[in-house]
Amino acid sequence: MIDIGEILLNLWNSSGFAYLFAGFMDGGWQNLVMLAISCVLLYLAIVHKFEPLLLCGIAFGCLLTNLPGAGLYNQELWTNFMTEGHEAYHSYGTILREGGLLDFFYIGVKTSIYPCLIFMGVGAMTDFGPLLSNPKSLLLGAAAQMGVFAAFFGAIALNGLNDLFGFTVGFTGPEAASIGIIGGADGPTAIFLTSQLAPHLLGAIAVAAYSYMALIPLIQPPIMNLLTTPEQRKIKMVQTRTVSKAEKIIFPIVVTLFVALLLPDTAALIGCLMFGNLAKETGLTDRLSDTMQNALMNIVTILLSTSVGATMVGTNFLTVQTLSIVVLGVIAFGLSTAGGLLGGQIMCRATGGKVNPLIGSAGVSAVPMAARVANTVGQKNNPSNFLLMHAMGPNVAGVIGSAIAAGFLLSVFG
Amino acid sequence: MENISILDAGIIALLGYAVVFFGIILLMGVVTLMGKIFVAIENKNKPAAAAAAPAAAPVVAEAPVAPGSAGALKLHDVEPKTAAMIMAIVADKLGKPLNELRFISIKEVK
Repeated sequence: MIDIGEILLNLWNSSGFAYLFAGFMDGGWQNLVMLAISCVLLYLAIVHKFEPLLLCGIAFGCLLTNLPGAGLYNQELWTNFMTEGHEAYHSYGTILREGGLLDFFYIGVKTSIYPCLIFMGVGAMTDFGPLLSNPKSLLLGAAAQMGVFAAFFGAIALNGLNDLFGFTVGFTGPEAASIGIIGGADGPTAIFLTSQLAPHLLGAIAVAAYSYMALIPLIQPPIMNLLTTPEQRKIKMVQTRTVSKAEKIIFPIVVTLFVALLLPDTAALIGCLMFGNLAKETGLTDRLSDTMQNALMNIVTILLSTSVGATMVGTNFLTVQTLSIVVLGVIAFGLSTAGGLLGGQIMCRATGGKVNPLIGSAGVSAVPMAARVANTVGQKNNPSNFLLMHAMGPNVAGVIGSAIAAGFLLSVFG
Repeated sequence: MENISILDAGIIALLGYAVVFFGIILLMGVVTLMGKIFVAIENKNKPAAAAAAPAAAPVVAEAPVAPGSAGALKLHDVEPKTAAMIMAIVADKLGKPLNELRFISIKEVK
């Protein structure tokens, strides 16, 4: 006769509940904390609408990966994958043989397929017209990368504090580079670089980057008010010239050639961004452009967000390093905004007050949120001031600027 | 390049920022040049279009001139901008030019 008690006991022992409570001190508490964090992130995404398209997926991926016993994502497989000399080193076969569903999803992050496809969609949705009509706005996209390099330096400087005060926080060069790129305010670029240089920090960096991008309307205005005068914020900018269709078609080809020749490491990101834009501008590939903007973008967003969330494993995430990344990330964001505004100030003075320095803050990428914030702050000071189209120039220039910054860091540390 | 000193980090940060500016300035130069070429082509085409226009002008002059809308339009609690929009919509719906129609008054029905 079957032993019902034994069956029930086995059922209990194989359940996640048993692991959570019996192995509470052996990682169970970390899973519980991460499940709580995933619920908080879901709350922020659903109730407060913080980048819901991405944060929902990231939070749910985090929830799935921290379910004990489910085996959807196996951190140790990826650790072995990265360990030189291990039999599973760079072996996707091992991942496919032994991995779970989220491990399969994560292959797209590891191979940088998702960030590149997202960039293709971004390119198909971007109008480079404002940038083409005012090429000087490209400079603001470069100035706003200040936070990237300042946060990179700050992360390395923390190592010095370790020596002085005996802290246990410290970052290697590749880790610091991955943290710095949060200042680029560009999710796909941050994921692209981090998956190459510091994959173990991917979860923390992606969550920090997307959270701060959602908080741009709160983070940027105080810095904008601090670094500009009320008179400057009232400056009305003149209408820029109309850009021809031919110019818009040639632009993505020229950018791909120049930027990829300068920094070949950016070829994947810039190439996809510009291919997406070319598909939009030709007017002959509407079906492709439509797929890139909608179906492809949505599918990749689902896969990217859940697989990034899957990397938020308790043992990896609940560290002092994560806290440092969160702090350094907001510093990077703030300094990038300040860098763009300082660039705007220089342009304002150089043109005799024809440029509103507020548009510099849009140089931090985060298309089109940062441009909208510049417009809103401008209208608060002068309700008849419409800065949106002028801010879109630096905004899309920021995408190119952050891709160049990522390419540089990849060439140094990759 | 795993573990780097603060000095090295500073140099890399400055160099990186400079590289971003270099790349962007290079791109700006190309985009500006491209823009100038396109504006020049556009300006070159303009005189040709302008020259073609007078040739067409006599044909337009021969056409009978439509009578303009006569009288003054009275607006009752209606913004001029809204009135202009209403007149344009009516002309469009009737399929007639606006200057062949006569609007006497526009009043908001409350």
